[in-house]
Parts: sequence; structure tokens; C-alpha cells
Amino acid sequence: MSRLTEDNVRVAHEIISRYPRPRSATIPLLHLAQQQDGYVTNDAIRHIGELVGATSAEVLGTATFYEMFKFEPVGKYLVNICRTMSCALMGGEELMHHAEHRLGIKAGSTTPDGMFTLEHAECQAACTEAPTLQVNYRYRFRVTPETFDALIDDLAAGRLDSEIPAHGTVARIRQHIPAERGVGAVPPEDATNAPSWMTVAEAPK
Amino acid sequence: MTTTESNEVEPAEVIVDPNAVSVTINGKQFTARKGDLIIKAAENAGAYIPHFCYHDRMSSVGMCRMCLVEVDTGRGPQLMPSCMFPVSPGMVVETESPASKAAQEGIIELLLANHPLDCPVCDKGGECPLQDQSFSHGPGESRYIEEKRHYEKPIAISELVLLDRERCILCDRCTRFADEVAGDALIQFTSRGNTTQVTTFPDEPFSSYFSGNTVQICPVGALTAKPYRFKARPWDLQEAESTCTTCSVGCRTAVQSSRDELLRYQGVDSDPVNWGWLCDKGRFSFEGVNSDDRLTTPLVRTANGHEPTSWNSANAAAVRMITDAIAAGGASSIAVLGGARGSNEDAFAWARLAHDVIGTPNVSAQLGDGLPVGVLGMNRATIDQASSAATIILLAPDLKEELPVLYLRLRDAAVKNRSRIIEFAPKATGLTRYAWRTVFYEPGTQADVVSATLAQPEIAAQLAKGEVVIVAGRANLAESSAGTTAALLALLAALPEAKVLPALRRGNVVGAISVGMRRGKSGLDSTGILNAAAAGKIECLILVGADPIADVPDADLARRALAGARRIIAVDTFITDSSRLADVVFPAAAYAEKAGTTTNIEGRVTTLAHKVTVTGTSRPDWMVAAELAQLLGTDLGFGSVLDVTAAIAAAVDGFEAVTAEALESAANGVLAGVGSFDAIATPTVALGDRNSYNFRLVVSRKLYDQAVGTTHSPSLAKLAPGGAVFVHPLDIARIGSAVGADVKVSTPKATIVLSLATDDSVQRGTAWVPFNQSGANVGELIDAAAAVTDVRIESL
Repeated sequence: MSRLTEDNVRVAHEIISRYPRPRSATIPLLHLAQQQDGYVTNDAIRHIGELVGATSAEVLGTATFYEMFKFEPVGKYLVNICRTMSCALMGGEELMHHAEHRLGIKAGSTTPDGMFTLEHAECQAACTEAPTLQVNYRYRFRVTPETFDALIDDLAAGRLDSEIPAHGTVARIRQHIPAERGVGAVPPEDATNAPSWMTVAEAPK
Repeated sequence: MTTTESNEVEPAEVIVDPNAVSVTINGKQFTARKGDLIIKAAENAGAYIPHFCYHDRMSSVGMCRMCLVEVDTGRGPQLMPSCMFPVSPGMVVETESPASKAAQEGIIELLLANHPLDCPVCDKGGECPLQDQSFSHGPGESRYIEEKRHYEKPIAISELVLLDRERCILCDRCTRFADEVAGDALIQFTSRGNTTQVTTFPDEPFSSYFSGNTVQICPVGALTAKPYRFKARPWDLQEAESTCTTCSVGCRTAVQSSRDELLRYQGVDSDPVNWGWLCDKGRFSFEGVNSDDRLTTPLVRTANGHEPTSWNSANAAAVRMITDAIAAGGASSIAVLGGARGSNEDAFAWARLAHDVIGTPNVSAQLGDGLPVGVLGMNRATIDQASSAATIILLAPDLKEELPVLYLRLRDAAVKNRSRIIEFAPKATGLTRYAWRTVFYEPGTQADVVSATLAQPEIAAQLAKGEVVIVAGRANLAESSAGTTAALLALLAALPEAKVLPALRRGNVVGAISVGMRRGKSGLDSTGILNAAAAGKIECLILVGADPIADVPDADLARRALAGARRIIAVDTFITDSSRLADVVFPAAAYAEKAGTTTNIEGRVTTLAHKVTVTGTSRPDWMVAAELAQLLGTDLGFGSVLDVTAAIAAAVDGFEAVTAEALESAANGVLAGVGSFDAIATPTVALGDRNSYNFRLVVSRKLYDQAVGTTHSPSLAKLAPGGAVFVHPLDIARIGSAVGADVKVSTPKATIVLSLATDDSVQRGTAWVPFNQSGANVGELIDAAAAVTDVRIESL
């Protein structure tokens, strides 16, 4: 639960090999670490630094820029309730109030059983469907207190496991790029051929 | 270099300069250089553009937006950050137009939205770019009435540097410096937006050797240095420009004091040398000058130990010792060691005293840890030449540890792709990361390794690409200088055009040797002197700022030498292990307590400032020498330090141009010529049988050790890492002991106990011990007579 596991180190090396420079793999590796532990641990940051040849401070600086990387334990389900204009007009605030009562926690905290973390979110870009929320970034539209309760019941009972994986999971099936389709370890300035997936038009004569 | 040159009146015939770019700045025509940033061109044209993040020695990032000015490139005037755009032909720049002013005032107002107005209690107040530019370019009042940001204050980002986050304006200067210049990216912006702040990773402090520079370049009071925090107000400081003599790079400094106490050194930008940077050891070493342990009066040995005495009686005692020694064993039974820690004047006066008044040829400025002096007679490179050569060959100690600012310059050459570094080393160094090729050698075999490497076609092709500069010094104190000397001669045989930059470490070692602190005809070198003293053949040993017991690699030899010398005279700033044994100790004026000149590794002579009153009754070394000469019947004619400077110019080969007047007018000092030195004969490296159970010993210095100046600087003393024996992680199994356990490290000569550690910069089959650290003295294992040192490491 800290540094990357042996299996994940193997995945990490594959990810690193896709990029011209190891440092370019920093963010995918942070995703990998978050997938492993549910959040990005300090040990994982240090490990990623070793893998990509950066200092821990550099990895931390990059990681903390992004709000979707968490640096403290997060519940299995991260519930983001929108509070921006359209949702606020359509009952977003009341929904948050209800959610706090239903889960027994204030926004920004995690239930003691480690199942739910509740957070405010800014506009989720689905204003026509207000009020909205996301569970591990999966949308739920026109949420009412009743549908919210049902959602929580379903999540707690595991009925939505097939749709919503635990927090941190980027994808349940990992893509493997065959070596010949990867960019490979060629820095941009040394690249002589266009990548295989790009069709380059002949320069006009 | 400067763009103002092109403003000078051109000769009658019109020469079209391809690098000239004609621009209009504030209505005036100006010829800038191609590639100059607008902000720089404007400054050269006399129009100052306010800025915080822009720094001449670092890449532009456009973070602070303070340098917004109206620029018209033909599409109408628009606001542009002038630190981000180079000049283009016909560009019209308005730095003081209403739009420019409004933009600058707006930025100041925004920066001050959260910046506390705690200037009266802030160390930066009085020399603060934010404060100054708020007055000169700010709106004078703010529309913000909200509560400002608060943070816990201050947080320590290293042992030396504190951070008050609420003052930070996020200019990226410190973080950029750490990454770009120092190569220690240990501080970074974290988080984003309103919560962005500079932090280190938890438990990984900003332990850079160059951390103090971030304090100097911080444009607000966010970063402060512990040794200076709350010590003085800038307007109470008096300042004099000087040169750092902590090592031999010769960085220009501003020495600042208040009420006759040294309080701070700041880096001064000298283009050929330090580019404004200092290492922390140099920057904070003023604490040692201020130490309460400094010697204040002459001491003479009595039955009750050292007792304070007057200068007159100490001088009389010393003269008596010298005349007695001459009577007992002749002039050549007197030997003088040292001079490398003072000024050129100090060294010259002592050289005159030793060679001309006493008449002994046994003089040495090195302490068994240098190279034959002939290395100074080679085709010498300047630092600029080294950092612009196509190939830099390192046959040197870890420059990051010994000559830190030279490390910065060579690192810059490598990362900016000006030069390729080929490194020969017994152990990975700070520059290994940046080296094009690093060839590790087992101590003693470097000449063979060099020859084999030069034979490789790829290496030969690289060496043929252009200028080659060899940086030469002692990478390993546990071997004699023979291996390195042989390797250096092998390199020069293959590359006769190559230039050599000596990597000798002690502050003024090049100056001291150049002006005469070296052996005369049939004289002894430092090891020879120590051997003679140990054999009882030295009637009087004179130590001029030298501490052989701490500095000579062979500790046993140093001890026997000081025990065997019949009489010892020491000139020193502190009581050291060596001066403790002296019969007469003269208190010496320290850095910033005396004027003079110093010479760096490239032969650049610069001035030293006399900023504060001497401690107690101490005197500069040259004065001690002049007085002793007088009492011995020869007037050297030195009435003031200027007399000595003039005498050096008159007498020393290569120093003809180094006059007080020349130094006065030359901002970057005067490059002395290379004098004539005896050529070095190729030494033979006698390697015994290599027992495969043994580890070959590598001993080298860390920046912070138990040197006298460091131990008396409280801020620096605690940074010394302490002693241990390091082996490669894969060698640990051979020893049968665990990391952290105490092990016996032994040679036939001695056994010491050190704790065992691993370090993958150490090569397999070798063991590395840092020199002059706390704990057991590794010098016990070193034999000055042996080519290399092999040790056995066993569990207790």
C-alpha cells in the first residue's frame, strides 16, 4: 500500500517505454499509483520519481496541480455534487444538505466505513440535467433526495459494481500498445519519421 | 558582451553589423544586439523596466507580468511581457506610456492583494524589489479590503533557509535556480491557483550546496537565511566588494558588515567567474571569522602550556628560534609550509622571508594533497575557456564538493550543450549525471585507463571536434599524486594542444605557488618536508595558516613530523591540532580583516576587501613576515600592503600587469600570466600485488567537513555528514556485516572502526571514506609513501 507493487512496476516500465522521455510518463504513473491505493501516497511519489528520473519534489509539484489526484485516503466512492449556477438554481444546495444528512458527514470528508467521500464540485458541464452529481466521475442527472438515497443504497449493496469501479480506477482493461506502434524512446528532435499512425501529406513542391 | 559597445561612435567607413537590431525605445533610436530580450535592451538603453521573475542568468518564464510594456511590431502597440520577447528590427517600445504604467500598477496592486505589509519586521525591507517597485511603479493605494492570506511562518526548507509563504509572489526564481542552475530540483511549486506555494517534498529538505543563492535572488522577503535573519537592517550594512577565498574558484562577493561585525556575504556577478552565485560554504563562512575562539594575542609555549604574550616578545622568540635553527642545522633545516589560505601579499612576503632572508629552499604551499607545482606551468585554461570547450576532460576530484561554483559553470556547459564532459574518476561525482562519458578507474590505474580510452574511435572523434580543456586535480587522497600525474601527462602527450585548468582547492593555492611559496633549487616538497621533520632533520618548522595534522592525508606522518620538528612557529587564526604544538603562535588577521589580492585557479587576480577591524591584536601574515625579516636583519621594504602588491608586480613572472591601478579599474580582476615552472617528469606508479580480498581505498572531501573555518561556523558545522566507510551495495555481502554496523577497516599500518554504509556511486572492489569527518580518522590508513591504499574490511 505505498510504493508500486511488482506487477505495477512492470506496467510502469511499459508506460515509460511509450514516451520519448521517461518524465513524460509522470502523470500516467500517478494514475497507476492512485489506482493501486485509491490515492497517491508519498511513497508512490518517491517511487515514481525514481522511475522517471525526477526528484520527489518535482513529482509532487506536478501531481498537486491536478485536483483529481488525491493525497489523502478517499472513500471507495467519491461523490461530487455540483454547486455551480444551474445546479444551485435547481436544488444543488439542498441536495448537498440532504447528502450530508444521509451520509452523516460534512462535504470534504469521508464516512467512517471508508465507503463514501463527499465533495463540492464546480460546473460538471451538464447544466440541462441539473442538479447533477458524479460518483467516481460517473454522472447522475436530475438527482432528487430520493434518487440520491437509492443511489447510496445501491452503491453500498454493491449493485453498481459493474458500472462504477472503486475510486482511482482509470480503466478496468489496460491497453497495451505493441512496441512497433509506440513512439518509442526517440526524443522529438531526433525523430526522422512521422509516427506510424500519422499520415503526412507530401509537402507542396 | 554589452550592447552599449555598439552605441559608440563607429569609424568613418560604415560596417554593417549582422547582429545589430535597430529599435526605438521611449522615442529614442537604439541599436540592440540580435537575440537580446526587450527588457535587457531597454535597460541597456537606459530605460529600466520593473520586474520580479526575470533574472539575467536564468531562462525567462514570464511569471510575474511586472515587465509588461507597450510594444509595437508594426501591428499597433500591444502589451507584452518584455522578458519573453527578443528585439526585432523596427520594434517600438514604450516603457512609460499610460498603458504600460496602468499595466504595471495593476500588477503591483494584484501582487499586494495577498502580500503582507510587514516590511518593518521583514529582513528584506530596505533592499526589496517589491517594496522599491511598489513605490516607483505602484498605484500607491489598493482597492482590496479583504483579509490577506495567512500561513504558518516561517517553515524551514533546509537547515539554512527559511520560507515565509505569505510573502511569496510565486516568481519562480528560487525553484528555477534550484532546477536550472544548481541541478537540485528539491523545491517546487505545489498545488495551484490561490493555494500555489513553494515547498519541498516531506522529509526531503532543500539540502543544496547552493541554497543561499535563492535567498539572494528572492525579490521579496519570502526566503531568508538563518545566519542573517533579524541580524541587521539593510541600511545599516556597509559593504565592500571582495573575493571569496573559501576555495580557489575566486567568486566575487560583497562583504557586508554592521557595527564592525561581518553579517552577510552576497554574490557579485563576475562574468568570467561566478555569474553571481556562491556556494553555501563560502556564503556563510563569515561566522568563522566572527567566532569567539579566534586567536587574539600571540602565544608562546611555557612550562604551563601556551601563554599569551606581546607581539614584541613573540617576535623575539620566533627570531631566536630561527637563528638557533640556522646555527644548529643551517638554513635548509628550516621549512615553511602553507600560505595557500592567505592573500598573494601574505604568500609573497613569506616566500621572500623563507627564500631570501632565511635562505631555505624547503617551502611548500601544498600539504601532500595537491599536484606537482609544474601543473601550473602548463597551458592554462580559464574557467570561460573550460566551459566553452568542445570537450572537457575531468581528471579531478568531485568539483561539486571541492570547487562548487566551478561545478555550476561546467554543469551549465554540459546542460546547454556547449561542451561534452569526459570524466575519469574512481567514484561517481556530482558531474557524472551530466558527463557524456564517465570512465571509472581503480586508483593507481588511471594512466592506463586514460590511454585505453583515448584509443577508442568515438572518443577520438569527440576530441577532434575542437578545444579540449583538462581539469586536473587529486580525486583520491588515499593514493599518491603519481597516478593522476601520469594520467595527466598521458592526456597531454595525446592532446598537446589541450589546456589545463588546475583543480587545486585551497583558497589561494595558485597565487601562493605562483608568487614563490614553492620549493627552491634542491628543496623539498611538502611530503619531503614532513618526512625530514619526522626524521628529526628539521630544526624549525614554520606553519603559515597550515594545519598538517588535519589536512595532510597521511595522519601518522603529519603527527610524526610535528613531533620530530625541533621548533615550530605557527601563524593561524585559530588554535588547531597543529598550532597547538607550536612554540610560538602568531594570531593572523582573517578574511575581510585585511586587504590584498588573491589568485584563483585560472590565475585571475582580484582584490580582497578590508572590511572589519582585526580580531584582538592579530595581524596579516605579510606583516608578520616583514617584521621577522626586519628583525633578522633584512628590510623587505614592505610598509603597506600596496608595497607588497607592487613588489609582486615587479618581481613575479607573469604578474607584471597585476598592479594596484590595474586592479582598481578592472571589474573582473586581472588575469596573471603563467610563470615558468619545472616540467613534471613522468612518475612511475608502483602498484603492489592486488589482494582480491581487499578493497582499494578512495578518500575524498565533502564540502562540509571538520575544517577549522567550518567547525567554527555553527550553521555549517552541523551539515558535515560524519565519517563512515561506503562500499557498493553488491559488495556488502563480501564483508559479512550489515549496513549501519561498525566494521574494522585495516591496513598493515593501522586499523580504524567506521560504520558501514552503501553508496552506488562507489565502484565495486573499492571503498570510499570521506576525509576529515567526525569519528575515526581515515588518515591513519593512508601512507604517503605508497602509490595506493588497500584496506581490509571486517566485521567487529
